[in-house]
Amino acid sequence: MTPKFVLLWTDAVLWLLVAALAWYGWHVRRNPNLRDTWSKVFADAPSLCAALVIALFLIVTLLDSVHYRRALPPSATAAVGAAVAYDTRTTSLLDAVLGRLVQSREASYSVPLATVGFTKETRDVGGQPARVFPRLVHGGAHLKDPATEWRVDLLTRVSLGILSGLVVAALATLWTARAHGRGQHIPTREALGRLVRNQTRLPLRAALLTFAVIAVLAGIAGSLMFAYHLLGTDRTGNDVFYQALKSVRTAFVIGTLATLATLPFAIAFGVAAGYFKGWVDEVIQYLYTLLSSVPNVLLIAACVLMVQVYIDKNPELFATGAERSDLRLFLLCAILGVTGWASLCRLLRAETMKLRELEYVQAATAFGVGHWRIMVRHIMPNVMHLVLITTVLEFSGLILYEAVLSYVGVGVDPSMSSFGGMINLARSEMSRDPIVWWSFAAAFVFMVTLVLAANLFADGVRTAFDPRSRVFRPRLYPVPAVAAPDAPTVHR
Amino acid sequence: MLNYIVRRIGYGVLILLGVNLATFFLFFTVNTPDDMARLNIGGKRVSAEQIAKWKAERGYDKPLYVNDQKHGTERFTETIFWDRSVSLFKLDFGRADAESAGDIGYQVRSRMIASLQLALPLFILQVIASTAFALQLVLFRNSRIDFWGVVLCVLMLSISSLFYIIVGQFLFSRIFKLVPISGYAEGLDAVKFLVLPVLLALLARLGGESRLYRAMFLEEVGKDYVRTARAKGLSERIVLFRHVFKNALIPIITSAGAYLPYIFLGSLVFESFFGIPGLGAYVIDAITGQDFAIVRTMVFLGSLLYIVSYVLIDIAYTWADPRVRLG
Repeated sequence: MTPKFVLLWTDAVLWLLVAALAWYGWHVRRNPNLRDTWSKVFADAPSLCAALVIALFLIVTLLDSVHYRRALPPSATAAVGAAVAYDTRTTSLLDAVLGRLVQSREASYSVPLATVGFTKETRDVGGQPARVFPRLVHGGAHLKDPATEWRVDLLTRVSLGILSGLVVAALATLWTARAHGRGQHIPTREALGRLVRNQTRLPLRAALLTFAVIAVLAGIAGSLMFAYHLLGTDRTGNDVFYQALKSVRTAFVIGTLATLATLPFAIAFGVAAGYFKGWVDEVIQYLYTLLSSVPNVLLIAACVLMVQVYIDKNPELFATGAERSDLRLFLLCAILGVTGWASLCRLLRAETMKLRELEYVQAATAFGVGHWRIMVRHIMPNVMHLVLITTVLEFSGLILYEAVLSYVGVGVDPSMSSFGGMINLARSEMSRDPIVWWSFAAAFVFMVTLVLAANLFADGVRTAFDPRSRVFRPRLYPVPAVAAPDAPTVHR
Repeated sequence: MLNYIVRRIGYGVLILLGVNLATFFLFFTVNTPDDMARLNIGGKRVSAEQIAKWKAERGYDKPLYVNDQKHGTERFTETIFWDRSVSLFKLDFGRADAESAGDIGYQVRSRMIASLQLALPLFILQVIASTAFALQLVLFRNSRIDFWGVVLCVLMLSISSLFYIIVGQFLFSRIFKLVPISGYAEGLDAVKFLVLPVLLALLARLGGESRLYRAMFLEEVGKDYVRTARAKGLSERIVLFRHVFKNALIPIITSAGAYLPYIFLGSLVFESFFGIPGLGAYVIDAITGQDFAIVRTMVFLGSLLYIVSYVLIDIAYTWADPRVRLG
């Protein structure tokens, strides 16, 4: 039976985004100038490593962006040829991969890697009621006697995970060395040596180290997560690790879609204001002063309240709960876009004002090129670096912002897992005694990793693309002992 | 200068009119007064009389924009839009939508004091701490101290302020029991409740602000007058703290000035986490209670403060840089 695929709003936009990214990559390959600038971004070790981490999160996001509703087995009474009934829950590819995590729900809290529950319960022990820690239904269920087996089992699994991670990392290193050797026309052994001594143009050693760390961590997680609750369970017994993975998508969607939503307004208004000046400029200036004069949170809160009122009034529009919460997420991104274009617009306006006075624009005007064509062909490509820098810079800020908005109560739907929601719950858990720290820790680790990677990557992009920060910094690479004919000796 | 200020205030009034129209349109188009009445009276069955009474009490019993039953100017003045706008501009905020919330003007006045107590010390300390930290980094530029300082900044700005609050409350209030977890008191007693939120808010913003200030200072350090100052034989410290600092003041005023409205509006997150009855907490209550009258008032107030603070920033420019002439 084929499942029924559900294309949520955010899914559609995310996949469009991936397509756009692929197109941009192709565009960069053809354009020597852009290629040069981007290779500068990746020549910076922190940004290359950050890009790897972001790619990992992106894979999780994309896996979680293929949604479908499972076809239910036909009931015994159903007539032959009756329409297939579909599950009311929407499942994603990630859910299917992590199937057991979704299924393995406990009764309540449990410590990471635990085999017993967090609080004592009254159970029947040898005919007598006694207060004991109950065994978990799924966490460590394969152990007969946890007291003796637990430590050994854990150690075996962890070392197996580390080992497999290291094997994958070693294979990746060899493959990279071979590819690098082919590119430089040197033997693989030689290429491996350069890689280890960090004598490659791109900081491949740092990248491979990052990859190794990711692989080892993934190996450990992979070998433990189906047997135990890797990061414990929350109040209703759901696996925290699974929730953290699901939250990655929410953060990613907010970070990308909300900045993308600002772009049409910012580019159109900013370029038009700078190009036409006069009353167009006045009107646009008035608009963005109006927008930035209202405290941002209030404006967003006001809009989200309105959306909520609309959704509550029209419950019949949504087939499943996932569709409803997804629409809310989508509209939240749209709201963040509509309210957040002022700063980029101001930047673009100033830059366009500078550009339009340059000779090449005057030449275009003299040739009789129309306003529209001048703006699209001659001005927009020259302000794109500002757009790119702002987009990557905003990404991390928005992820942090989502947490605050969810706390205020105007963020994503409460039924959708998000870092903000996790922190919100963690607030009361931290004041319990003994404290429940793992939800909080999981949200912290995942969020800081993602935001830190985004910040480092944004820094790299800004340094490479911002002409103001392009300072002459000679960087000498040690000359290889055996100079190959086309071996690069000095790089800038 | 006076001419300039008058012009700016005129433009400000224009902005306020726009904000007023936009928020009114946003709120009353999706959510009609009837809906609001039903929401706030609550319950399944709400009689038409109850709704009419609720609307009359709050002045919502008129048409939204145009009153067709009247003639002349009254066509436009006998409407909700006109009433609300005029009273907002007179700073008379009227009653909240919810029964228990009471008079908005009184609440705003009393809560603003609490917000000020938290945000004013924070603002002053934040400017001092960020400037000092950034100047230290610039003093040791291109060294290991600078490098690790920047790493620390990036790490600090990658952590959500919510984490600072939760960990801070856990450490200082639960483990060390230095200050109460949350709460508020009048007068001098407030100090012990305010120390922790001020400190944590400071920490949460330090990374981002210092990195920004450092970039501003570094841009100044490369300029010719700095070389001249060094050539005169001035020590690096005097060059930095006297010459560079003064010249970097303009961008610092711009970025610090963006926080000015929030000195009065308070911080949403910090106030609600620490139980400080300021305007930020008020907004959160209004949002969760879907009280549109309060949200609209706060939007208006925020916009007003923004306009005032931008005039103040412009005046500060003339003080920081005598070359700047407002006109």
